[in-house]
Amino acid sequence: MSKSNNHMRSALKSVRGLGAAKEGVQHWWIQRVTAVAMVPLLLILLVCMLKLATGDHAAVAAAFKHPLFAVLALLSILAVFWHMKLGLQVVIEDYVHTESVKIVSLLAITFATFVVGGIAALSVLKMFFGA
Amino acid sequence: MANVERPLSPHLQIYRWPVTMATSILHRATGCGLAAGTLLLTWWLVAAAAGPEYYAMVQACLGSILGRLVLLGFSWALFYHLLNGIRHLFWDVGHGYSIPVANKSGWAVIIGSVVLTVLAWILAYSWK
Repeated sequence: MSKSNNHMRSALKSVRGLGAAKEGVQHWWIQRVTAVAMVPLLLILLVCMLKLATGDHAAVAAAFKHPLFAVLALLSILAVFWHMKLGLQVVIEDYVHTESVKIVSLLAITFATFVVGGIAALSVLKMFFGA
Repeated sequence: MANVERPLSPHLQIYRWPVTMATSILHRATGCGLAAGTLLLTWWLVAAAAGPEYYAMVQACLGSILGRLVLLGFSWALFYHLLNGIRHLFWDVGHGYSIPVANKSGWAVIIGSVVLTVLAWILAYSWK
């Protein structure tokens, strides 16, 4: 770093001398990206789901056979579970202040997200590819 | 280090609740509720993938009085979080920060979420 940049740094940063992790904005940004993605995705799916949930199993199975519907469902699952993981993480970080409990909770949230999200995605794939 | 006794600001109960405070905590509460709701949604997807018999059982559970009440709460939480999330996106790009506008958008979100929930259920019952 050139010396001319030094006046831009906060005193705290100079003292700690560690620099930024460069990842601070990523969490915030992905929460917004998934939020923006979900606005159209969920509006479309909500209407479809409402229609499907009031019909029989054959209608549901047929819907998930359609590539467009299957892709919409998979994209929604990705956005929903990613957004959920980020949101629950913030809630835990805000309210749980005992380090050990916090870390275990964050791990549990991460694992649960992948397990439940994986099951949801697999169910969609099974209906799309299955007999 | 984490559990040091620090001076605290007055407790929440001290303040008169403006609508913005209610919409803020409701966003978090509905977010947590929706997280629980993903279990329900995943259960429904698993049932649909499992076949007609298991699907019929799950549909019967969700269609019971208790199931309908849970789904009513789920749908309202979804519409609330969706609308208030859009309100947050406007804030993110720098719009709607003045107190009168924030109060109005707060009420719009609350009323809008109820209206959308009612509309969705009217649609669902008319299709049944």
